[in-house]
Order: sequence, then structure tokens, then C-alpha cells
Amino acid sequence: MTTTACIECGGDVAIAVAPMVGEIAPCRDCGVELEVLGIAPLELALAPEIEEDWGE
Amino acid sequence: MRIALLYHRIRIEERLLIEAFAQRGIACDLVDARRIVFDIHENRLPPYDAILDRSISHTQGLAATHVLERFGIPCINESRVIETCGDKLRTSLALASAGVPTPRTLAAFSPESAIEAIETIGYPAVLKPTVGSWGRLIARVNDRDAAEAVLEHKSTLGSTSHSTFYVQEHVRKPGRDIRSFVVGDETICAITRTSEHWVTNTARGARAAGCTVTGEIDEVSRAAARAVGGGILAIDLLESPDRGLLVNEVNHTMEFRNSIEPTGVDIPGRIVDYVAGVAGSRRCAEAWEAVPC
Repeated sequence: MTTTACIECGGDVAIAVAPMVGEIAPCRDCGVELEVLGIAPLELALAPEIEEDWGE
Repeated sequence: MRIALLYHRIRIEERLLIEAFAQRGIACDLVDARRIVFDIHENRLPPYDAILDRSISHTQGLAATHVLERFGIPCINESRVIETCGDKLRTSLALASAGVPTPRTLAAFSPESAIEAIETIGYPAVLKPTVGSWGRLIARVNDRDAAEAVLEHKSTLGSTSHSTFYVQEHVRKPGRDIRSFVVGDETICAITRTSEHWVTNTARGARAAGCTVTGEIDEVSRAAARAVGGGILAIDLLESPDRGLLVNEVNHTMEFRNSIEPTGVDIPGRIVDYVAGVAGSRRCAEAWEAVPC
């Protein structure tokens, strides 16, 4: 794992060494979930909020 | 062989599945459900032999598999399975129709009739949204005051899906439930989920531990899987003190990150092998049809 700055709070977010587009990385400092939108360069955005019909 | 994995999010589960496809040398395209556009009149997709649906959205996964099946692409799970498992009332109907043991369940369509349903079941009773997962928005109501409050909140604040009131008996389980994993017609493993809280979803903090697949677990799990149409399924079982195992829910896009280590079973590997088997069967069938008589 490697780390990058949370786009919400600036805290450290752990990211896989080889991240994949669509992957989710939670920020342990502020609790938001970040989604990998691009990998070269690494681009993160706030992940969509959980919807009512989400689940397993 | 060419497989597609339909997804909304790459969680740990999807990453493990992608790795399992790669380990077997199977080409697996990642298809983000949020970015795809279907022309329902013409299949413009690559020639996939099967699609593994890992959509986190029940609604969108169901819609996508309807389109994909229209194109003749085998989906795992099938749309009819997603339709049944994604709706708790449909699941209960399928289980009851097949004679699979399940908690007593009533359905009502107004707060007044929901109170009648709850008091028919008796307190405590459990209210659940018909669509939803991870133990969200389920309520155990212990008396009429609580029931009226929850029903008013659902009627006032909930979406239209909350106007179907799904009322279930509260099963006095022993502080845990059992989740079994069925792939095809085999119960590949099971875990217990233990919590001090009456809700025992791991998403709500329950602890997972390995569970021996007994004859009863195997029999009930496979019967539940068959009742909803089969495929790759996680069965939630409640241990009733007087009626044995009851099938509580059947999950069609199961999470398994917490279940590999305690069971020692390569769950993503078993899923991928099953998907490859479905895809291979389709290729064989097409090759057979292509042989001139």
C-alpha cells in the first residue's frame, strides 16, 4: 500500500500500489470514501453516497 | 473465453475476483455500470461468453441483466434470481412456495393494516424494507407505541417502496446467525455471525467465524438456492429454538471478504470457476449448434 492526501481533509489515505479505476479508499481521518477515477496520474473524487437499493 | 465483470465499485471482493480470473488465464473485462450505454436493439458489446454481475445497485443490476440476457449473454446471477433476491417479499414468496422453512412473514400496504399485521405476529416483531441490505432500516418493535412511531416515520419520510410493509416474526436466535455460501448446487462453506446486537450483519459489526456445514445447513441452503433460481448465493439462516434452521434472506451479490480466512475456502476462486463453467457450457452449446446435420 501507499498513501496519498485525502481530498476532503488532507489526511493520509491508503491506496493500493497498483490502484484500479473504480476502487474505493476510505479516509480514516475524516471517514469519507474516495473513488479512484484515474491512475496516471492518480485522480480521486468523493465516492457516491450509499443509495437505498445498494447492498449484496 | 471472454468474461465481463459488471460493477459499480471495485471493493475487496471485486479485486479478489479479478485476481482469480487472471490466475486462471481468463480474460475479464471490467464494465462500469455507470458508464455503459445499451442500444437495446443491437448488441454492440464484445462477444462475451458470460457476465458476472457485481452491481452494488439492485435496481441497475437488474436492469442491466435484463438487457444483457436479451442479447443472449448468460448472466450470473440471472435477472430472475436478482429480481427475487433483491426484494425480500419476493424472496419470502419463493421460499414459501418451495416449502423452504422461513420466518412467518406478513405483507401490508397501509400503516393501519401494518399494525394489524404486527399484532397478528405478536410483539416483538420485525419491520424491514423490501429492498435494501446490510441491516439498514430494519426495526424490531417491542410494543404498539414503537410500532406506530416506526410506521409513521416510514409513511412520512420513506420512499414509495416503504409503503409496502414487510412484517416478520422475531426469531429468538442464539446471538448469532449463519451465513452459508452456495455456488451452483454445492454449499461450499459457512460462517457464523455473532453480535451482542440483535442485528447480526457483519456490516453492522458482527464477528465472523468458521462454521461446519452440517447436513441440515447443506440441505436447507441448497433448497433455498434452488427456490430463488440458483447461481451464486449467500443464504442467511436463523437457528430457531423450536423449528430448526429458518432461511431469513438470500443474497445475490454476496460479500465474502470476511469469510475466506475463517472458512479456509477460496470463495472468489470457486465463484470464478462456476462462471467459467457457465461460459464454457455456452461455448459448447454454440459449437454443437454450428455442426451441420
